Amino acid sequence: MLIAILLILAIAIVFVLIFAGIYNGLVGARNQVKNAWSQIDVQLKRRHDLIPNLTETVKGYMQHERGTLEAVTNARNTAIKAADSGVAAQARAEGELSQALGRLFAVAENYPDLKASQNFLALQEELTSTENKISFSRQFYNDSVLQYNNKTQMFPSNIIASMGGFKAGEFFEVTDTVERDAPKVSFS
Amino acid sequence: MWEQIRDNQVRSVILVTALGCMLILLGSFLGQTVLGDWSVGLLLALLIWIVMTLVGYFQGDSILLSISKARKIGPDDMPRIYNVVEEMKIASGFEKMPDIYIVDDPALNAFATGRDKNHASLAVTSGLLQKLSRDELQGVVGHEMAHIRNRDVLLMALCSILLGTIVMLAWYGSRVLFFGGGTRRSSSGGGSVQIIILLVAVALMIFAPIMAQFIYLAISRKREYLADASSALYTRYPEGLASALEKIAASTEQLKSANKATAPMYILNPFRKSGRTAEDLSSTHPPISERIRILRAMAGNVSLAGYESAYNQSHKGGGGIIPGSALAAGDAAVQRDTAGATATPAEKERARETSDVLWKLHKYQEITCNCGLKFKIPPDFHSNSFTCPRCGTVHNL
Repeated sequence: MLIAILLILAIAIVFVLIFAGIYNGLVGARNQVKNAWSQIDVQLKRRHDLIPNLTETVKGYMQHERGTLEAVTNARNTAIKAADSGVAAQARAEGELSQALGRLFAVAENYPDLKASQNFLALQEELTSTENKISFSRQFYNDSVLQYNNKTQMFPSNIIASMGGFKAGEFFEVTDTVERDAPKVSFS
Repeated sequence: MWEQIRDNQVRSVILVTALGCMLILLGSFLGQTVLGDWSVGLLLALLIWIVMTLVGYFQGDSILLSISKARKIGPDDMPRIYNVVEEMKIASGFEKMPDIYIVDDPALNAFATGRDKNHASLAVTSGLLQKLSRDELQGVVGHEMAHIRNRDVLLMALCSILLGTIVMLAWYGSRVLFFGGGTRRSSSGGGSVQIIILLVAVALMIFAPIMAQFIYLAISRKREYLADASSALYTRYPEGLASALEKIAASTEQLKSANKATAPMYILNPFRKSGRTAEDLSSTHPPISERIRILRAMAGNVSLAGYESAYNQSHKGGGGIIPGSALAAGDAAVQRDTAGATATPAEKERARETSDVLWKLHKYQEITCNCGLKFKIPPDFHSNSFTCPRCGTVHNL
């Protein structure tokens, strides 16, 4: 009798330990997703802060490229506004800003004076690096989301995830959503 | 993959224990033959080892950096390398930015040191900064970050200290034994026992350093591969590290501030003899051509699993190099788009799709021949059949 009670107790303790381990693993994974997201935010904000400096520096050299410059400024403003409207909208706005910046740097190749300016070179290095940091933090965020989602969907942690209210995370997709939504013509 | 790589830790413990046992054996046998007492030799060996390990654990990084004549830099001194390290810090999920050191030397090399993620330093030579492009630098920095992340740096430091102690004891023991001067007591025990102990001690002195070195090298080379794989995973661009390794291998400059003890820390063995490309079994690093070949063979699949299969193409049956626990964790890594690398084929594909749609819109009939040629047949085509100009097959409409 005593042995049976002890056995049941031991099994219960093992179950509680396994439960605690899985639960803590889920919390850790969710926190890593949150942390990774805040990393992206930091880098996006940094890019927004760098852009006024850039347009100010470039303005004097590139009189004929008003349109390109305005596109960058507009894209930046849209991106700042989109910051509160969910992952997908923010991803789209930031993607457009990346493209506008890419066009600006491509156009800058035609201006030797500008390319020789120390100020511009330093800004270009900062922006290039910020672009890289954004894509690396996005990469790490998506890896973290993948890991977290695996945990919330795979047996046996999915049981505890649904009990504890762990919802699957959202991936940060930067591929042009407009392009993706374009209707495909089918001839079948 | 972001979790601790457990298999590797088990291996590390086995390695350190094996080396430790060797040290204890050597110490006690030396104690018996030289001082006439097992315990004294054993205690002395342990004491030397513990002191050296403590110094190495807490002061190892600063000692190594000062031996290498490295100076610390901040974000404003050299923005490019600082930014590249920060990029890799983000990609590898580090919480704390490692300290960055520059070694003023035209040789191309880099190393990482520090006992864990929060006490990490990374040193690169000024030659490396000059000669490498941004992508290449990223690959090298990613490789070093992976060493810190996998805790290779700590393991290597502890092992090289153990190894150093064994070599030192063996060397000291051989002096005393072969050139007299020991306080050996000839009166203790029977003659035959004495001789056996002496023989074992001599054998240990000869073989312990060699054995220890072999264990050490086998593990250190596996870790080089793992660091390469992790670097490819962080950068999502194995070509960067591959071409960096190519440049480093091609340069003939020798690093002045490196020595035998610090050699395994570097991304590439600093003691290459000029003109020798393939390294032998006693090298701390795998042959560089092999590392480059594996990185290039990954072909877009930049996950750890991708590296593993690229490695296995030339190493049949030798078991994998990436621990199973790391492989299972995730294989969703896709190579990042870099200018011209993957963008062009995708664009071509899209253009072709669009034109196919246009042909179909005008009621052109599409027929694919067995030889691979595609035909667009206009709706007002006059004949009932046609012949493929390449292979001669007759197609009926």
